[in-house]
Amino acid sequence: MIKGELNVKKVLRAGLIAGVVMVFVSAIGMVEDFDSRKVIDPFLSLGFLALFWYVPRAGYKVGHEEVLEGMEEHPVSSQQVVAGLSVGVVGGVVISILVVIAHVMDLRDVFIRLSPKLVATLTFSDSVAEPNIILGIVWLIVISAVLGAIGGALHLVSDRLRRQILFAVGAIFVVAMLEDVISQILRTLGLGSANRLIYRAAALRIVPAILVAAAGFFLGGRDRAERSRIARYLADPDPAERRRKSLIVAAITLAVVLIAPWLLGSLLSEILATTAIFLLMGLGLNIVVGFAGLLDLGYVAFFAVGAYTSAILTSPLSPFFAPEWPWWYTLPPVILVGILAGIFVGTPVIRLRGDYLAIVTLGFGEIVRITFLSDAASPWFGGAGGIRNIPGIPLGFDTVSGSDPEYILYFALALVLLAAWVSYALLNSRVGRAWTAMREDESVAEVMGIDTVKAKLSAFVVGAVLASLGGALFSAKLGSIFPTSFELLISIVILVVVIVGGMGNILGVAAGALVLIGVLGGPRQPGLLQEFGEFKLLIYGVILVYMMLQRPEGLIPNVRRSRELHHDEMNQDAWLKAQADTAEEPAT
Amino acid sequence: MVSAAETIERVRRSRFNWVDMFLNALRVGAVVFIAVGLIGTIIKFAGGEGPSAAAWRDLVVSGLAQGAAYGLIALGYSMVYGVLGFINFAHGEVFMSGAMTSFFMASYFFDTGLWISNFVVALILVILSATVTATIVAVLIERIAYRPLRNAPRLIPLITSIGVSFFLQYSAAFLFGVANKSVPQPPAWLLAKIDLFGLGWLKLEATKVLVIAIAIVSMIALYLFVEKTRTGRSMRAVAEDKEIAALMGINVDRTIVTTFAVGGAMAGIAGSLWALLFRGVSFDTGFLPGIKAFTAAVLGGIGNLAGAMLGGVLLGLFEGVGPLLILDGWGIPGVSQLKDVVAFFALVLVLVFRPTGLLGERLSEDERA
Repeated sequence: MIKGELNVKKVLRAGLIAGVVMVFVSAIGMVEDFDSRKVIDPFLSLGFLALFWYVPRAGYKVGHEEVLEGMEEHPVSSQQVVAGLSVGVVGGVVISILVVIAHVMDLRDVFIRLSPKLVATLTFSDSVAEPNIILGIVWLIVISAVLGAIGGALHLVSDRLRRQILFAVGAIFVVAMLEDVISQILRTLGLGSANRLIYRAAALRIVPAILVAAAGFFLGGRDRAERSRIARYLADPDPAERRRKSLIVAAITLAVVLIAPWLLGSLLSEILATTAIFLLMGLGLNIVVGFAGLLDLGYVAFFAVGAYTSAILTSPLSPFFAPEWPWWYTLPPVILVGILAGIFVGTPVIRLRGDYLAIVTLGFGEIVRITFLSDAASPWFGGAGGIRNIPGIPLGFDTVSGSDPEYILYFALALVLLAAWVSYALLNSRVGRAWTAMREDESVAEVMGIDTVKAKLSAFVVGAVLASLGGALFSAKLGSIFPTSFELLISIVILVVVIVGGMGNILGVAAGALVLIGVLGGPRQPGLLQEFGEFKLLIYGVILVYMMLQRPEGLIPNVRRSRELHHDEMNQDAWLKAQADTAEEPAT
Repeated sequence: MVSAAETIERVRRSRFNWVDMFLNALRVGAVVFIAVGLIGTIIKFAGGEGPSAAAWRDLVVSGLAQGAAYGLIALGYSMVYGVLGFINFAHGEVFMSGAMTSFFMASYFFDTGLWISNFVVALILVILSATVTATIVAVLIERIAYRPLRNAPRLIPLITSIGVSFFLQYSAAFLFGVANKSVPQPPAWLLAKIDLFGLGWLKLEATKVLVIAIAIVSMIALYLFVEKTRTGRSMRAVAEDKEIAALMGINVDRTIVTTFAVGGAMAGIAGSLWALLFRGVSFDTGFLPGIKAFTAAVLGGIGNLAGAMLGGVLLGLFEGVGPLLILDGWGIPGVSQLKDVVAFFALVLVLVFRPTGLLGERLSEDERA
């Protein structure tokens, strides 16, 4: 962009993209479905948040320029506001066109959500029969333009102020969306009346919203170093001291997590328990994908095998063989079956190229599910009816089942800790170093004397055992299992958890599980944002693509892994530096 | 002098004997399993049990028709893999977009009456629109999701394509609804059986014959395009070696877009044929055919166009006939439920027996490593 000049092509492009995003969000029914859920009472609904969220971003991005080494930095000017405003106008026009089309023509035969009700919602009309189209369109364009201009105007303020504004907006969103959690905690603490002061029908009231925004604004104003105080506390140069400090932090985290279920009530504990089970599987898959670099798309097969083994051994209704063991006794067989399954799936695929391995493991996952589902195997596994009446986990004095999510959570956490410890210990062991070497360059690893077959198989087996343990817990939690509980979707979702969190990093996987499973929810399990319910699989897809394009190393990256991913960029940096160095040398 | 590759190979051999043993056991087991099943079925057939000869004929034709569709989809996988070296998981959804478009167009023509009064014209229009939609979807995917990842490690675009596939699948679910959509019935003459070549015993369902014919025509057209035109030649050059192709003055990016477009067009045609064959389309229609088509591409030898077609037809045939031919011989109940298992086992066996496929793979230099 030449200084002070509006780049029309760029603005049009950004505006069209913003418009397409708005049209898409409307056409999939998000605006309509989320309209009744208010974020700030009474004027901001989640639907309009979903509709407009991209506009300020587009307005900001259109004036944003990546400043690379050797490039001249353009001064900010009011042009950026104008650019943002224009983006908003273009976007507003695009969505208005949709409104007009949907009003004039009945497209519901094809796009089922383009209904008169959507038109009424988008035009802010009360009457579905006679929406006020003209006024609505004017409003849409004006709001969109203002938001775009705000996005553009973010260039004019300092970095610090920009961060503060973002924090304020984020704080409102988080506090409004976590209404369930916050009001539950308030109720447990006996502050139920405070609840009514803050929220009205799950939406923030205006005054608390302003307070929350102020708090966010204040938090965002503090320095980055100050905000990551824990990280600094942990980064002690002395190894022994560092170890001690991380133990303290871990102990505090654990204590919080142990108390949490009693503060949060059973619905939230249920969500946490689901998160923990997915985290357990994520840690297992992390060993296979993150450590050893083998893309396993049929990971759910091991989960299913563990669940079925445990179910057959405990349930009185197991069709073929029902020894009715207590849950604990099933653990050794579950582990054994996990090992065998790992070897059985691992051996044929071990010599395949990475992507062939992915598709074959996917095939194995489907084979397992269809086999459990089939009539042919129903004398053993119960076919589509699955296995019911799985007793819970006997504790001597009580039995833990799905109706006590708090205890299931504890069990899941114990297994998660085990898995984290196994991952950590393995990563720093001989076999872990063999995985790393193999992931980076298989031929070189082989020449260096690493037995790659053994390394790959051991990754498969460890991953399989962790998943089958997860399956055993899952069967005790649900009380009955069906082949449909083990669809491909689960493998993919676990993969997304690992990738979004950060492949190869234990903390990263935990972050991924919390953010995705905890907040959005598992493939069939609810999360904190139950509003997103049916849309979450779509959002999973978007997140996966976005992460791969923008941040393939994940939220909390593994240092070595991200170096592998940004290899080219680093080479480029080195090249640029070398260029700069030669340029500095006096010409002779 | 022993080369490094030979040394690695020798070390591999000396070390991995037990893996070979496992694989050999798998090979022998598979052969025995198939042989016993075959013999069982033949004995049954000789004893007058099981499906009649006419039923077998119909199964073979159904398998061939389905296989023709697999072959068309497989072409897209194969071409993209040959050029860029990753499995484009979203290709199944490109196919689904074609099938969806076919459904909407067919219903529209049914409402206007063209579907019955002039079926041929309607069908051509349906196929054309499906092709255009699928091509656009394929090109958009390439532009938005894959182009920024041109030089990323190979698993990154693969994972991206899984995300794209998810996104497209659930977008379709929300945009068009989750209900299964029934494609209107074609006119009666297409549903009847025709006596091919007047032989008397070769009575085949006209729909399936039509599907196979359209597939053959499209495959020949594609083959001529790739082998005889200038664009096709540059596609082959890019598949062989991107850098040298660029040095020879070929616009690599544009050629890659063309590859996606042509693959998308084939998937679009396959979508129409699928809608015609099964007369049902839903948002997850693309998933299983997509994976099976990839299997077909591997079966024929990835990167190899003739291989993709052959692999598709063989896989369709195997899937159509296999459950009854092999599993029924073992006396396993409900074999038709297991046809997907048969297809996936076919994939595993192909990769264990002959990972380079029946006709050999054709990959560019850097993908072969």
